[in-house]
Amino acid sequence: MPVLEVVNLKKYFPVHKGVFLRPKGFIYAVDDISFIVKQGETLGLVGESGCGKTTLGRCITGLYDKTDGHVKFCGEDIFSFNSKQLKEFRLKAQVIFQDPYESLDARQTIKEILKEKYIIHKKESKINIDEEIATLLEKVGLQRTDMSKFPHEFSGGQRQRIGIARAISLNPELIVCDEPVSALDVSVQSKILNLLLKLQEEMKLTYVFISHDLAVVKHISDRIAVMYLGKIVEIADADSIYNKHLHPYTEALLSAIPLPDPKIKKRRIILKGELPSIQNPPKGCRFHTRCRHTMAVCKEEEPGLLLNNREKEHYVACHLQELK
Amino acid sequence: MKNELALIVDDISVAFDTEAGKVYAVDHVSFELKKGITLGVVGESGCGKSVTALSIMRLLPKPSGQIINGSIIFNNENILNFSSEEMTKIRGKKIAMIFQEPMTALNPVHSIGKQIKEVYNLHFKEMTFKQIRNSSVEMLERVEIADPEKVLKKYPHQLSGGMRQRVMIAMALASKPDILIADEPTTALDVTVQAQILDLIKELQNSFSMSVILITHDLGVIAENCDEAIVMYAGRVAEKALVNELFKNPLHPYTKGLLSSIPSLSNKLGKKRKSQLPTIKGQVPSLENMPKGCRFSPRCPDKLEICVNHIPHEKKYSPNHSIFCHLFNNREN
Repeated sequence: MPVLEVVNLKKYFPVHKGVFLRPKGFIYAVDDISFIVKQGETLGLVGESGCGKTTLGRCITGLYDKTDGHVKFCGEDIFSFNSKQLKEFRLKAQVIFQDPYESLDARQTIKEILKEKYIIHKKESKINIDEEIATLLEKVGLQRTDMSKFPHEFSGGQRQRIGIARAISLNPELIVCDEPVSALDVSVQSKILNLLLKLQEEMKLTYVFISHDLAVVKHISDRIAVMYLGKIVEIADADSIYNKHLHPYTEALLSAIPLPDPKIKKRRIILKGELPSIQNPPKGCRFHTRCRHTMAVCKEEEPGLLLNNREKEHYVACHLQELK
Repeated sequence: MKNELALIVDDISVAFDTEAGKVYAVDHVSFELKKGITLGVVGESGCGKSVTALSIMRLLPKPSGQIINGSIIFNNENILNFSSEEMTKIRGKKIAMIFQEPMTALNPVHSIGKQIKEVYNLHFKEMTFKQIRNSSVEMLERVEIADPEKVLKKYPHQLSGGMRQRVMIAMALASKPDILIADEPTTALDVTVQAQILDLIKELQNSFSMSVILITHDLGVIAENCDEAIVMYAGRVAEKALVNELFKNPLHPYTKGLLSSIPSLSNKLGKKRKSQLPTIKGQVPSLENMPKGCRFSPRCPDKLEICVNHIPHEKKYSPNHSIFCHLFNNREN
C-alpha cells in the first residue's frame, strides 16, 4: 500500500473584494491533482512560484482543509479523521519549512523547542527527555551542549538542522520538505541534503520534497512531479524527467537552468510572456498561451494526465502525446 | 577595444564600525573591468561581493561603513576623491546599478512613469516633457515590456517580479551608462524568468556597448553569462580567471569545493543521484574573528603550515588566471 495517495485533490481559496468583501472568484491553487508516494521513496515537486506546490504540501499534511478530493495516508482519508486520529496522524507526518529563521521560536531554547512535541504527544514522562534530545541533536550533526542555546546563536544551516531534528523526533513515516535548502548557501546546502539522505536511509523515511531548484530535486528524488498553475503536467522517475521529458513546459524549465559548465552549449527555450493569473487560468491546456507547439485542440480541451510508459510510470498531460 | 579598461578597483578595503570594533568586510580587493565584457563576482553570503559593488557606487551606509584604503579609477580619475556633487553626476549616469529585490528597489507610491522620469530630470535637465515621455516609452520597449504606454501609468505592485526587474533595468539604462553593476539581479526570480532577464541584459549590453559587473551566488549564472570571473571568500579574492579557464581548471581549494558541492543536472559530471555530495567542512568564519593568515585555511583540505599565519598574495598561473593560495606558491618553486 502506498504511504500517501492523493486522489483528485482540489484546493481553492476564495477571493473577496470591495467594501463588503463579496466573493469575487477563486484562486485555483491545487486543481484536480492525483498521485501516489510509495514507502521509502522521495517524490520531488517542482514548479515556479505560484504553481501551488506549497499549498499541495500543506494539504497533504492536513494543515489546509481540502475543497474536494481525498488524501489517503496508509489507506485512510485524513480529512475524515476525528481529533484523536488527527493527532496520531500528525505524529506520523511531519513538515520541514523553508525559512529556518522564522520557523523556530526565538524565545525558546533548543531543548524547549524540541521538547514541546514530546509534551503534546504525552511521551515526556516515559523517557529520559534530556538523553533523548541529546541523541537527536547528535543525529542531525549538532552537539548535546547546543541544547541550552537559543536559535539566534546558530547559523542558517544549523537552524535548518534543528528544524530537521524537530521533524524526525517521534519517528515519523512521511516528511514534507518545503524548500528546505532554498535559503542556504551552496556549501551549506550540500550538507543539509546529505543529512536528509542519510536520515532517509537510517529511518526508512518517505519524503515529499518541494523545491524550485531542479538540480537539487534531481539529486534527492526517485520520482518527480512537475507542476504548472495548479496542475501536475508530468510525473515520472527522476532520470526520465531529465532525459526523456515529454511535456513542453518541462523542456522549457530544464533548458532555463544555468549549468555550471561553460562547455555545455545547450539550446535555451525562452518562454514568451508572463505566467497567466491563477485566478483566471486559460481554458483548455493551461500552458497553451506560452507553448511552442500549441494546436487548435489545446485551446479548447484540457489534456488529462495519461500514462505514457508503464514500466517507468511516466505520466504526461499533453495533447501532443495523445496524437502519437 | 577589448583591452581598454572601463574600471580599475585597486586594493580597496572596507571597514564597518560594530560593537565588536572595526571589522573588514572587504580586505585588499583588486580587479579590473575591461570594456565591453561581463565580469562575474561569485561567492557565498557575507563574502563581501555586495559591499564591493556598493563601494564602487559610493553607496556604503554612513557613517558605519568606510573605505579605508585603495582607489577606484574610472575614466582616469579616482572616484573615491570625488565630492558628493561630483559623484552624483557619475552615479546613475555613467555607472548604473540594479538590485536584487525588484520589490523593494522601486518606490511603491510613485507610478513607473514618474520613477523613470526622475532619471531624466536628474541627469538630462535640458530634455522637454515630451522628449522624456518618448524616451521612457522607448526604454520600456527596449526591455521588451508589452504596452509601455499603459505600464507608465501603473504602480510597482501591479507588476510581476520579472516585469519590475525589467523596469529597474530600463531605469538603469535610461542614461546609457558605461558600466552596469547588477547585484544578484535574478536571485528573487523563477528560472524561466531568470533566463529571460539574463538574455535581456546580454542583448542590451551589446547594443549599448556597456561593461557589466554581474554579482551572483550561482555558479551556473557565471558559467553561462560572464567572460571573466572573480571568486570571493570572506572579504578577499580567492581566484580570478577567464570563465572557461575557471571551470576547466579550478585551482583554489575553495573554488574546487564549491564546484563539487553543487548537485548537478547533467549526468556527465559523474555525480550519482541520491549519493552523498562532497562538502566543505566547517563554516565561514565570522568577520570579527577572522583567521590570521589565509581566511580559508581552517576549512582547507590541503592546508599547509604557512597558511595559518601568512596571507597569500596574487600568483599568476597563466596570463588570464591568477590565484591567492600558498599551495600554488609552493608548487611553482
